[in-house]
Amino acid sequence: MRITQGTFSYLPDFTDDEIREQIQYCLDNDWPISIEYTDDPHPRNTYWEMWGLPMFDIKDPSAIMMELDACRRAFPNHYIRVSGYDRRLGRQTVALQFIVQRPKHEPGFHLERIESHDRTVRYVIRSYAADKPSGERYG
Amino acid sequence: MAGVSSSDGKKSRWSAGVTPYAEMGYYNPDYEPKDTDILCAFRFVPQEGVDPIEAAAAVAGESSTATWTVVWTDRLTAYEHYQAKCYRVVPVPGTNQYIAYIAYDLDLFEEGSIANMTSSIIGNVFGFKALKSLRLEDMRIPPHYVKTFQGPPHGIVMEREYLNKYGRPLLGATTKPKLGLSARNYGRVVYEALRGGLDFVKDDENINSQPFMRWRDRFLYCMEAVNKAMAATGEIKGHYLNVTAGTMEEMYERAEFAKELGSVIIMIDLTVGYTAIQSMAKWARKNGVLLHLHRAGHSTFTRQKTHGVSFRVLAKWMRLAGVDHLHAGTVVGKLEGDPNNVRGYYATLRENHVPANPAYGLYFDQDWASMPGVMPVASGGIHAGQMHLLLHYLGEDVVLQFGGGTIGHPDGIAEGATANRVAVEAMIQARNAGRDYLNEGPDILAKAARWSPSLRKALEVWKDVSFNFESTDTPDVTVTPTA
Repeated sequence: MRITQGTFSYLPDFTDDEIREQIQYCLDNDWPISIEYTDDPHPRNTYWEMWGLPMFDIKDPSAIMMELDACRRAFPNHYIRVSGYDRRLGRQTVALQFIVQRPKHEPGFHLERIESHDRTVRYVIRSYAADKPSGERYG
Repeated sequence: MAGVSSSDGKKSRWSAGVTPYAEMGYYNPDYEPKDTDILCAFRFVPQEGVDPIEAAAAVAGESSTATWTVVWTDRLTAYEHYQAKCYRVVPVPGTNQYIAYIAYDLDLFEEGSIANMTSSIIGNVFGFKALKSLRLEDMRIPPHYVKTFQGPPHGIVMEREYLNKYGRPLLGATTKPKLGLSARNYGRVVYEALRGGLDFVKDDENINSQPFMRWRDRFLYCMEAVNKAMAATGEIKGHYLNVTAGTMEEMYERAEFAKELGSVIIMIDLTVGYTAIQSMAKWARKNGVLLHLHRAGHSTFTRQKTHGVSFRVLAKWMRLAGVDHLHAGTVVGKLEGDPNNVRGYYATLRENHVPANPAYGLYFDQDWASMPGVMPVASGGIHAGQMHLLLHYLGEDVVLQFGGGTIGHPDGIAEGATANRVAVEAMIQARNAGRDYLNEGPDILAKAARWSPSLRKALEVWKDVSFNFESTDTPDVTVTPTA
């Protein structure tokens, strides 16, 4: 399966040039870029690991692409996402967020149904990969 | 002493009988509205022979303290304070219409009550015989009054963080057919649409708890569909479970059950009434569930330009009352919505400070004092082939709802959903990359359709569908192109 979190998951994976275009758009809007990675793609996993601090002062997309390359080298089989952050009053939240690297194999999620009272069902979603400890999940 | 005429033979303000409203203090061209006043702009057409100033003063009078005749008990009050004051009357060029600007002191209204405010301002006066027609065009709600309302339970920012979805319009669909599906079949539509790529599916406004599908069964099957789609995609998904019912007790019961099943969102209809909406807003804030409002019935009073209440006013009331989603027009779809008016509605729902702009039908500056924004919903006759227009007119903070435009896809519901998701992501990518997406939109979609068979089929089926009819409700001021 293909996890479809992020703004562009229904498009073919972006080339570096296409990633750079989106980074440039964020910088043009004064949205600092963050790089984050994880091997726990649960839809409610809000806090992916931070590849350093948000790059508040980096205005050059090439420098950000270098950081991204370093993150890719360190975590070649993790999910990596790029985010632009809008700190304006009334927003103060992520403005754009898209996945730029995925594990080669995405095994997806197990849906567990726990039958409860009066025909109600409790649902538990668990990623198959997360059965293993963090760091050993995607080979 | 009451009932005494003045020496010039003119009836005194307080003599028994009928005194023109304008002479009773309801018209005051020198009045300077206070920062704390509620201001209203009314469009009206007086009956033949009725002086427009007197008609406007009557509107101010009948929507505040006045009755048809002088009453001595007014003199027991600081009546100048409580009287609404019409401070300006402006003819609308080329018509028999006028715009009356009226100021109301804040003391006339109960804090945090849409019911009370509307009972005053639109309570009686719309049936007034001296007027042929009357329309409430806009209101300026001062921050002092805004702050007495809860507002949206979560708002746009919290909704995006809760759903973990940023940088693009959200996508939805209304389950079709509107009526008649069994709960099991209904859940199938929900599952297919969500796993195909939509973020939300929605109950129709008239899906409540009918013999063909009772609410509890619907909730159970829909939540099976939602959870299955979440596991299939790794994304948060939702279905607007409509909890509209005949009594508050039943609505609370349905909302509690939706929460127990883990639904991220519930839905109500405008037909439940303003007080019920405010109650559900409190419930939704308390229970961490998003609240979607369908504007069922609004066109009965919002559509005609000369009589009723403008949708921009209703949008303000609903932001105060507290909903997270509100249907606000599509521009290009099957339902009424002049592009400039719709722009005004969207600004009213989303922005913190909305400047007056006659071209968008906005008569007053509106300061929301940091009240969170409402996510507008565009629904009714829209499809993937219009994505560039939708993004241009409606922006990014919007739910685009493709009902027929998802379920009617020739290859199935999931394919229809995928077509819409591919179209919106391709358009956002192109816009961010600096393309002139409005003009190049069809090319951008055609290029994506080369690798997306779902989008290709959607574009083939709906390529010629458009709804080009004159709007009945348009701003008086038109924008003159400058380029």
